[in-house]
Amino acid sequence: MRTFLTGVLLAATLMAPAGAVVAQNGPLRIEITDGVIEPLPYAVPSFVPETAAAAELSTQIAQVIASDLSGTGLFREIPASAHISKVTDFNAPVQYADWKAVNAQALITGAVSVNGNRLTVRFRGYDVFADKELDGGGLQFTGTTEGWRRMAHKVADSIYTRITGEGGYFDSRVVYVSENGPKNDRRKRLAIMDYDGANVQYLTNSASIVLAPRFSPTGDRVLYTSYESGFPQIHVMDVGQVKRRVLSTDDGIMSFAPRFSPDGRTVVYSQSQGGNTDLFTMDIASGKRTRLTNAPSIETAPSFSPDGSQIVFESDRSGSQQLYVMAATGGDARRISHGKGRYGTPVWSPRGDLLAFTKQNKGRFHIGVMRTDGGEERLLTASFLDEGPTWSPNGRVIMFTRETQGANGRALLYSVDISGRNLKPVRTPDGASDPAWSPLQK
Amino acid sequence: MSGLTKAILVISALGLSACTNAAWDNSNTTDLNSGGAAGVADQTSPAYFQQEIGDRVLFVVNESGLTTEAQGILLAQANWLLANTDYNATIEGHADEQGTREYNLALGARRANSAREYLVSRGVAGSRIKVLTYGKERPLEICSDESCYSKNRRAVTILAGGLTG
Repeated sequence: MRTFLTGVLLAATLMAPAGAVVAQNGPLRIEITDGVIEPLPYAVPSFVPETAAAAELSTQIAQVIASDLSGTGLFREIPASAHISKVTDFNAPVQYADWKAVNAQALITGAVSVNGNRLTVRFRGYDVFADKELDGGGLQFTGTTEGWRRMAHKVADSIYTRITGEGGYFDSRVVYVSENGPKNDRRKRLAIMDYDGANVQYLTNSASIVLAPRFSPTGDRVLYTSYESGFPQIHVMDVGQVKRRVLSTDDGIMSFAPRFSPDGRTVVYSQSQGGNTDLFTMDIASGKRTRLTNAPSIETAPSFSPDGSQIVFESDRSGSQQLYVMAATGGDARRISHGKGRYGTPVWSPRGDLLAFTKQNKGRFHIGVMRTDGGEERLLTASFLDEGPTWSPNGRVIMFTRETQGANGRALLYSVDISGRNLKPVRTPDGASDPAWSPLQK
Repeated sequence: MSGLTKAILVISALGLSACTNAAWDNSNTTDLNSGGAAGVADQTSPAYFQQEIGDRVLFVVNESGLTTEAQGILLAQANWLLANTDYNATIEGHADEQGTREYNLALGARRANSAREYLVSRGVAGSRIKVLTYGKERPLEICSDESCYSKNRRAVTILAGGLTG
């Protein structure tokens, strides 16, 4: 085992950019960098039910934790069938030798109690080969039984953070457009779900086209474009109460592509009038609008930097769609995309270090990332039609729309790590497009 | 073939074109193109406008400029609108699926406006013509090659108003 780890370390040292490195000395740790990695083996046996009513949930919670961790591609679960020890008492000493024997480098144990609809989950993480608990000690979450999946996600976020040193992203939601019907009669409605596809709830009916929902910085509101009035206009919805109102009401003026500012008070969006599409901001409380661009070209898909000082957007002012950055108050913009093809839908990462975008080149679509100055462009995906990236709360994963080709073409959500690894579909009941990832829930 | 059968055929043909042309979500527009009373033979009818004059013009990839053929159709549309002042119009601009959602919305707006400006240049009052974009949201044809894309890159003039009922 130790020899194998040394091998990983050596390979990492020799081949930059390195893969994830499991440090031999010091605390159990995955350093997430680009490249191929060997997932860290771990075990999460069923949690210990401490009340009779907790029997089912204690198993389900462990399963959701395993699904979260293994779903990152950074961890590999040692299946229960291979376990030697059974954990039947949360407070009994861990049999490290039994977990070493099955090569579980990390171990997660927990206990679940249910009283009425009150749910308490306790857990501990262990660095098996160091014979000790992970830094951070045991933790306890309490809530209602209906919120059991969230508690499992919180446990997984905590373990993920302790081992990778990065913020988690499992206790988060995704708002998206649910799609039904053939391409020439597609019905769209807003839907919201947990990041892993559980707990789908529909926020609108499919009477009107809805497009591109976007979360507020606290996740309590969603901006989206709706044809409810007959024209595309920006609406804002209170997610908890599923109450909505139109933000822009001018007859005949089309507005779309809205996004919140980081303080949640301003919306930046596109307005189309006389065939020309420009960028504007609107103060949500007062309705006051400010024009940011004034050009005969198309300016759309704006996104704020996390500090609110800049806006990245797409424009065809050069003759083809390219990415530009300007001050959040408007004015001169500098072009940052310079590769071959067309660039659109730029989104600033929550860390502020990268932009995700859609690229079209030679009849193919890609999701890519680049530095905010346009440097170090990397394409993460390629298909007939990939578009509309959204960032996980920790800036490690991108979710996007992938639509298949032809008369039976269908849109689905996919996610991919910013290293380009771990590309996979996100489970939804029907077709799905335009995902927007929420911040981590409180 | 009996007169009755002929009438049914005409009505079903109109019904079909109404399906492809219906103004989605456009609740304050009456879709007169499905009106069955006035037939194609009546030059003042929406059916005549739609089928004989042509209610749509097509565009080159990523372009909103009008082809010579498109200008011919729009000139006939302008003349019809000048002669039939009871009607107003909404021009719906569309894009094919080869583009991002937001850009295609903006491109559809450009195409619809391009058609509108031509009608206005031929004397139709600007107040009679609204523009609307559907981007790539409402394709007519569903295959993923140029034979379909070329029909989806369109601006369609939908009539509204007139002597309803």
